[in-house]
Amino acid sequence: MEMSNSNRETILRSIRANLPSTGVQHPGIRDFGRPAGALKAMFEQRLKEAGGAAHDVGSVAEAASKLRLLHPDAKVICSAVPEIAGTRRVEKVRDPHELADVDVGVVRAQFGVAESGAVWLTQEELVVDALGFLSQHLIVLLDPKQIVPDMHAAYRRVRLAETAFGCFMMGPSATADVEATLVHGAQGARTLNLFFL
Amino acid sequence: MSAPRQVNPAAAAELFIIQDQIHEPMHDRFLWGAMQRRHAEAAAIPEWEELREIASKIKEHTLTHLDHYLEEFEANATKRGAHVHWAVDATDHNQIVYSILQGHSVKELIKSKSMLQEECQMTPFLEHRGIKVIESDLGERIQQLDDQPPSHIVFPAIHKTRQDVAQLFARTIGTDPNNDDPHFLTEVMRNNARPRFLAAGAGMTGGNFAIAETGTFMVCTNEGNADIGAAVPPLHIASMGIEKMIPRVEDMGVFLRLLARSAEGAPLTQYSSHYTGPRKGGELHIVLVDNGRSRRLGMPDFWHSLKCIRCGACMNTCPVYRRSGGLAYGATYSGPIGVILDPTFDEFKYSELPFHSSLCGSCSEVCPVKIDISDQILKWRRVMAEKGYLPLAKRLSFAVAGHVFAHPAEYQLVEKAAEPAMSYAPHFLMYNHTLNPWIRDRELPRPAKQSFREWYLANRSEHGNVQQ
Repeated sequence: MEMSNSNRETILRSIRANLPSTGVQHPGIRDFGRPAGALKAMFEQRLKEAGGAAHDVGSVAEAASKLRLLHPDAKVICSAVPEIAGTRRVEKVRDPHELADVDVGVVRAQFGVAESGAVWLTQEELVVDALGFLSQHLIVLLDPKQIVPDMHAAYRRVRLAETAFGCFMMGPSATADVEATLVHGAQGARTLNLFFL
Repeated sequence: MSAPRQVNPAAAAELFIIQDQIHEPMHDRFLWGAMQRRHAEAAAIPEWEELREIASKIKEHTLTHLDHYLEEFEANATKRGAHVHWAVDATDHNQIVYSILQGHSVKELIKSKSMLQEECQMTPFLEHRGIKVIESDLGERIQQLDDQPPSHIVFPAIHKTRQDVAQLFARTIGTDPNNDDPHFLTEVMRNNARPRFLAAGAGMTGGNFAIAETGTFMVCTNEGNADIGAAVPPLHIASMGIEKMIPRVEDMGVFLRLLARSAEGAPLTQYSSHYTGPRKGGELHIVLVDNGRSRRLGMPDFWHSLKCIRCGACMNTCPVYRRSGGLAYGATYSGPIGVILDPTFDEFKYSELPFHSSLCGSCSEVCPVKIDISDQILKWRRVMAEKGYLPLAKRLSFAVAGHVFAHPAEYQLVEKAAEPAMSYAPHFLMYNHTLNPWIRDRELPRPAKQSFREWYLANRSEHGNVQQ
């Protein structure tokens, strides 16, 4: 677009004319050295504070029955993981609008972050991004060995250049916009249950 | 065009305070609660102060190499398939967004919260041209239904009670005006918003950070509303100020550890979403907006304000903001950060804002990127004085003060005279709300029996050469 090109030059020219005279060096980020161990307990505690819940499940069968126990009335269970069949496979979804009726979405996270209780989900795990946000409830699978201590470690692990979408998801949707009262299920998932599997 | 009038934050704040005994104390309490949670989170991280220093330096580094990082961001985002646009000013921004929407025959747009889009007055621009714009953040939607701008950059409707929201929803959505349970009200909005998300031809977001290294931008929300808007409609438009740049992916660790802790005392927002090029089957447009930012970069006293990551901690800690309510500032940005940003858009209109501060300095202490906010407020006062924008009352009293402070003998005389006056002046005179609206509910300190000079002469004069 021609107008956009001239805008671009106008802005860059103005920036160059106004740049502060002394450039500041990038400070670098040192290793803050987090002790390993007890990451799972910290992760579980933080997830709970964020409104989510973690469950130890011993097997795929136990995961499936736990899901039914948590969501006995669920009609549409859309799964993105091989372990849980669900009633709909997300790979079959052509358009995100088709996910409007999903009661429970099931997805596996790449890893969790102990300092927040957040999990890292990308387009590759979700298959259709909207699965993570239109589903009324979410079940997230996480290998308990895949927990990093903090956000520094987390950003060393993400591959942003290789995925169009990635999200640190910390528990279910929340708002405190009415009288600073915490309410879960504002627009995204109402609940988030995490299975260590 | 009529000349813009100066906003009068003190008068507007007084209306907020005197309306009843409920709104202002509630507002004060909620924001102070967020501040206390912030303090607890900060105290739990041993390297907190070091993180602030690193974040500050990364921002300064990026801003002093901004042209380079913008070009790097553009190249990487384009490589990933995003369309990058550049907007010189607000009208440019709105026009670009409108052209994209028009090109896709979009009639309904669902958007998440964006202070930049507020700054550009985008919604009225688009609605005037026949495009329906729906805010999807609960607080923003409340404000949109009430035809008010956001009063806080993180908690847009924090000045409203649950009864206010219940009445508003009854009026605009038709719900029970007596059901003011926040759970009910949130559920009303969820059910109201879902069909809009599904019907919208485009979703729009802002951007909290843009990573030059990968051409990624990221958006933080608690509701997941930005994510639905980005993931469901076929078209995603994101607009952000040029100052949102960050050099590398690794830098994000520092900023995300600081942002939500500073904003609301949580380790993160519920959703921290990263967009690198369009999603499968989608189309992505990014609008980079200057709107006065490059000019601000050339202001030696004020360019550090471009480091702001919009957490709102300065507002939550500010004793003046907590008691005034954000709407009192009459500007897009309120609170201490607003006081130093707004005059860069219009010095005359916002000339009163730098005086809407106690200069206590708390804002600078909590700022996660160490902006010298209170120093800048003082510098803006000087600008306003030099431009002759001070109202008459302030001009006169400052002129007297300036003269007195410049003449030590007169200062001593005035000081001696003021002491008994402060001790014995009738309460109604000292606490006259008309003469001094700030005095309401605030007790002046008791004047000391002895001035510092008298104390020094009596106790320490042997150490110095004090002229009598």
